[in-house]
Amino acid sequence: MKKAILALADGTVFEGMSFGAEGERTGEVVFNTSMTGYQEVLTDPSYKGQIVVMTYCHQGNYGINEEDMESNRPWVEGFIVKEPCHYPSNWRSTESLMGYLGWHGVVGISGIDTRALTRIIREKGAMEAVISTVDADHASLVQKARASKGLVGRDIVKEVTCKKPYIWEEGLWTLWKGYRGAQQAPLEKKFKVIVYDFGIKRNILRNLVSAGCNVAVVPASAPAEDVLKAQPDGIFLSNGPGDPDAVPYARENVRKLIGKKPIFGICLGHQILSLALGGKTYKLKFGHRGGNQPVKDLKTGRVEITCQNHGFAVDLESLKGVAELTHINLNDNTVEGLAHNELPLFSVQYHPEASPGPHDSQYLFGRFVKMMEESKR
Amino acid sequence: MPKRTDIKKILLIGSGPIVIGQACEFDYSGTQACKALREDGYEVILVNSNPATIMTDPTLADRTYIEPITVEMVEKIIEKERPDALLPTMGGQTALNVSVKLAEAGILDKYGVEMIGAKLPAIKKAEDRELFKLVMKKIGLEVPRSGHARCEAAAIEIAEKMDFPIIIRPSFTLGGTGGGIAYNRQEFEEMVRRGLECSPVQEILVEESIIGWKEFELEVMRDVNDNVVIICSIENFDPMGVHTGDSITVAPAQTLTDKEYQALRDASVRIIREIGVDTGGSNIQFAVNPETGKIYVIEMNPRVSRSSALASKATGFPIAKIAARLAVGYTLDEIPNDITKKTPACFEPTIDYVVVKMPRFAFQKFPNADPTLTVQMKSVGEAMAMGRSFKEAMQKALRSLETGSYGFEKIVRKTRRVHSFKPAVEEVDLIKERLKTPNAERPWYICEALRVGMHVDDIYELTKIDRWFLNNLRDITELEEGIYWQSKTGRVAPELLRKAKECGFSYRMLGALMDKDEEAVKKEAVDAGITPVFKTVDTCAAEFEAFTPYLYSTYERPFYHSADDKAQKAACEASPTERKKVIILGSGPNRIGQGIEFDYCCVHASFALKEEGVESIMVNCNPETVSTDYDTSDRLYFEPLTFEDVMAIIEKEKPLGVIVQLGGQTPLKLSVPLEKAGVRILGTSSDSIDIAEDRERFDRLLEALELRRPESGIARSADEAVRVAGSIGYPVMVRPSYVLGGRAMEIVYDEMSLMNYMSRALQVSPGHPVLIDRFLQNAIEVDVDCISDGSTVLIGGVMEHIEEAGVHSGDSACSIPPYSLDQGIIDEIRRQSILLAKALKVVGLMNVQYAVKDGAVYVLEVNPRASRTIPFVSKAIGKPLAKLATKLMLGRTLEEIGFTEEVRPAYTSVKEAVFPFIKFPGVDILLGPEMKSTGEVMGIWSDFGGAFAKAQIAAGNNLPLKGTVFISVRDEDKPPILSVAKELSDIGFKIIATGGTARYLRERGIEAEPVYKVTEGRPNIVDRIKSKGVDMVINTSFGAKSVADSYSIRRSSLEFGLPYFTTVAGAKAAAHGINAVLRGGLDVKPLQEYHNILIGQ
Repeated sequence: MKKAILALADGTVFEGMSFGAEGERTGEVVFNTSMTGYQEVLTDPSYKGQIVVMTYCHQGNYGINEEDMESNRPWVEGFIVKEPCHYPSNWRSTESLMGYLGWHGVVGISGIDTRALTRIIREKGAMEAVISTVDADHASLVQKARASKGLVGRDIVKEVTCKKPYIWEEGLWTLWKGYRGAQQAPLEKKFKVIVYDFGIKRNILRNLVSAGCNVAVVPASAPAEDVLKAQPDGIFLSNGPGDPDAVPYARENVRKLIGKKPIFGICLGHQILSLALGGKTYKLKFGHRGGNQPVKDLKTGRVEITCQNHGFAVDLESLKGVAELTHINLNDNTVEGLAHNELPLFSVQYHPEASPGPHDSQYLFGRFVKMMEESKR
Repeated sequence: MPKRTDIKKILLIGSGPIVIGQACEFDYSGTQACKALREDGYEVILVNSNPATIMTDPTLADRTYIEPITVEMVEKIIEKERPDALLPTMGGQTALNVSVKLAEAGILDKYGVEMIGAKLPAIKKAEDRELFKLVMKKIGLEVPRSGHARCEAAAIEIAEKMDFPIIIRPSFTLGGTGGGIAYNRQEFEEMVRRGLECSPVQEILVEESIIGWKEFELEVMRDVNDNVVIICSIENFDPMGVHTGDSITVAPAQTLTDKEYQALRDASVRIIREIGVDTGGSNIQFAVNPETGKIYVIEMNPRVSRSSALASKATGFPIAKIAARLAVGYTLDEIPNDITKKTPACFEPTIDYVVVKMPRFAFQKFPNADPTLTVQMKSVGEAMAMGRSFKEAMQKALRSLETGSYGFEKIVRKTRRVHSFKPAVEEVDLIKERLKTPNAERPWYICEALRVGMHVDDIYELTKIDRWFLNNLRDITELEEGIYWQSKTGRVAPELLRKAKECGFSYRMLGALMDKDEEAVKKEAVDAGITPVFKTVDTCAAEFEAFTPYLYSTYERPFYHSADDKAQKAACEASPTERKKVIILGSGPNRIGQGIEFDYCCVHASFALKEEGVESIMVNCNPETVSTDYDTSDRLYFEPLTFEDVMAIIEKEKPLGVIVQLGGQTPLKLSVPLEKAGVRILGTSSDSIDIAEDRERFDRLLEALELRRPESGIARSADEAVRVAGSIGYPVMVRPSYVLGGRAMEIVYDEMSLMNYMSRALQVSPGHPVLIDRFLQNAIEVDVDCISDGSTVLIGGVMEHIEEAGVHSGDSACSIPPYSLDQGIIDEIRRQSILLAKALKVVGLMNVQYAVKDGAVYVLEVNPRASRTIPFVSKAIGKPLAKLATKLMLGRTLEEIGFTEEVRPAYTSVKEAVFPFIKFPGVDILLGPEMKSTGEVMGIWSDFGGAFAKAQIAAGNNLPLKGTVFISVRDEDKPPILSVAKELSDIGFKIIATGGTARYLRERGIEAEPVYKVTEGRPNIVDRIKSKGVDMVINTSFGAKSVADSYSIRRSSLEFGLPYFTTVAGAKAAAHGINAVLRGGLDVKPLQEYHNILIGQ
């Protein structure tokens, strides 16, 4: 089997086996602790610019299927696993993980001590790295990792957002019926929602549809004026990759929308909304990526287990007097949710659409709909 | 929400004796609950009849009742203690059942006791299958089609709507007792009858079979704020149709996509809410159709379980401890995660390794039992292993089982030299049969199938084991093949060797493939830089720092830690301290003969080390135990107890010594190889251990000490055996020289049987001699446990057995103090014990077994290690012997630790054994030299009769106080049974007896109604038992024919739950016990009060 090398900016070098595509990729190396859901992770546009190491030691066990895609292609720069599976076993599987990665040009490395790598990231923070099957020179690879630009200040949203507006109609589906063959139950769609696509996952769109929304998706750079012209009942700000400070056009557009329409933001959308409200964001040491993060809803006192994927967070102090904290991460007390003190705006740092991850937070889509209902009255 | 302040005193119910389906996992959960509740300032009242548990240590609860777990006894405890609350979810089905009965009888209401954790309606909803079905339907979940039947006709009616196979499950039984899978009408009818008999409420569930579906389990927790988290998902290697306790199980789930896993998670959350388990943990089982993904809910346990213990060990999340705290009102977000310290317990653990649990069976002990694995649990223990791949974890689990396996050995044509082979037709048939019918060796047969070139799809069709698992096994057999050929044609490439170690191959297994010894393979690996590293179990896949050193070994590829590194280094997380430290080797999976008692001893060693300021390092692989709780010792290595795995830890930790004498035979077997490798064995030397185990050296020692033992000899052929037996005189006790724990031991009464035995023994193990001892008939057996610091010896306890010599000591009831022996004999036994301990220079514990016959004392056996009875003796005398012995092993003297005088309690403690016969249809319940019991109970009372009666009740032999006793004894037992019959008759029992016995009794003035033997006509004794006309059975028999004739009497007594006695001594003790109950009734008293008596003495 062909060798692959992973070199980190701090000088650590792992020699492993190549899987997926051959070549060389740089990116910020981050870890994800979900034990299931690699397909959703791979196809989540928020991972653009990043090399992902999965902490669970077996990946690819259930193959790749057509239904669990969160977008039309994988976005990760590189994929690191301890043991990839050559013989997927699941009734929905249509191809193997390595086949899929190879086809889409994702460079992977396997067989390395992924736990040691995770500990390095935990201790030193997420850092730039390179995976290569073409360069065997360690010094040269470490140099390449160090030279990589990193995420801070870089607009990656423009690389993942849709090129043209489109309408989304598919709702949530049940597993054993499948959504392809099954007839969608006609949903009563009461609200018109315009979705800013900063790198959206399909399951957010499905959740909005199932909550009763007519969903129109627009590119990240769509001017606020055009959006308002369409007279939506509410505006949704999606998740997406990278540094929220690096998309000033999004911030400026959102600023113009504040107070005009109810707004709901998730992840990058939450950060952009916070920036638009005058807040600040900062980079976390190694971020939150996984499906087991506990978040407390401060209103109800209930804890939900959430799916998360973010490297930046909102500084609560910077929004004092403007927005109140609604959700908090119980592991490190970082901001997980905010609501404006007066206006119908709220946002969460985590992913209520799950996929992958628990469904505990789906209620937030209902909350958005309720907000639109109230502001219509 | 903070903890509740309206409750102060909590009653905790344990699970009683170890039985199949309910083992030491409930000692683990109960111990955690005790500790957690007391740390929170609650007063804990504990009841458990099992003395071998840590939880019944007098220091663990405020008041500890070692009393039978029956409604009557628990009511007495409630009346006396007036607890505010009852926590019913920590003691398995036993605690749950008795709690339900207490609630339904109005006893809890009467005394104002609140059930916490799970309330009665929730328990009912989860346990009553009809209710459960309705509840599942209500929340949109499906269960297999089924119906309840209270009679045969109703069962047939339900079955007519389904296709075979059909599953029969009796209601309210442990581990599926009496259940089965019927493939045709005839089997169905038989199983329905048995199921109805086994169910305490005479009710069975008839269920559509989903054999072959994938099986999953989720461990769920909920708090009072309705927060719900999933602790662990488990996927069964064996598909539906094999009881989960008998299945190989794997954590986390391997073959589900996130969508499918979340569907199970959503269902679990809905189920725990709808069933209404307020707080605590539950286990929910699902079946998933492998072709369509359709989900069925199988069952829910509204309590901690065997699976929750496994999930706790698999993830590092202590379910029982957290469940106890949730029960008193805390919420999940208020409880810290012990391992990370900085994050709360309100999260879902994520792991970065694979966990494999394998069951351990005891079919060799029950040759007549059907070894097919079904929905009725048959395994007696389990081992768990962790690795960074399924292959590694699986192969580590194989050697953790200690069944002599070190990997996937050849099992068809074992002696073949070639690896892959072309099988004969009958070999293919055998393999196919073993794949099709679930059995304990199936994984080995799967590997053989792969070796003979069978395709994974064909194996799947036969086994329905997911292809993912099968392909992993194929990886293993392909690696074997590679190693075999490389070593045959030259040298095994280091890369291949590394790959093999990463996949969990043991040195021993590699040695077999490479035709080298273990040591040589190890050298080759080490020279190539292939050594194990240790990784931490941290609940969070390294996302946060872990503060609890709970470790497992694995093989990881080294890497360059910095750009300037010239060499690669693997990352090891063990980071040993510089402190003074000692390694304790645990006892591995539970099995008959080696169970929870030894875990108790190891845990005490850990306590002792802590008190002495020495770092304690525990090594064990049994997930059910207290010893593998991460906060028992300073460091925990969850590893197989083989020489290879233990040495890896020793090389890393460099302890000052290793304790081998507390974990039973498992660590003791390692003492010689460890010492050879330069490891210091603490306490009694391995040479002394060898003297005790080597027959010839031991004989010389006894001779030198002028102690008597039964005449004996060794035979290597049938002729020699006959000669030796002839000179000793029949009956003789025979056994192969290499076995332990009574395996294949038999009492032989004549030359014919001896020849027969020899032909079998020589066939099984050619070349091994057979030991022949004179069998002392009707001798009284005595066990002694003593403790020594090397110069002073103290007797811990002298135990007189109830059953005569010839019944394995583990199966015999016994009493402290002796109840019938003369003081002179007891003193002689004391003298001999002290002499032996001194001669063997014992430092620590020693156990001696004696037989007393006609006033003479014979030494039967010496074990210079902790024995099975240590926890029992410790509780009887109020001294923690294992803990004290550990201190002696560290160099303390008895005087220094303040133990200078033998304790002679003024009350009596009786230990009784508990047997698994009900789980094995077709097996006789007669006792013999081969141990068959799985657990034990203890009864304490001011006199022997009362203590014996309590022990019987605790063991489930509900002694009748009036009614009819059936007596049938062999001729030589007739004189001694007379007094028993008289005693019973005098206190009002009606006696019925078979012809000979009846005549004998009547001739001597005791009224006895004759009744037919089974062979004599009808209605016979079995009919009488079945029509519930008998309340107790006394039956001794001798000789093959008589044993066979009376088999159905014993079996039907067992199945109808009648107390039965198969020895005169047992019957005599029972009569005393009944008398004691009738005279004064039995009251309850906590262990702490008994121990206060000793201080006052």
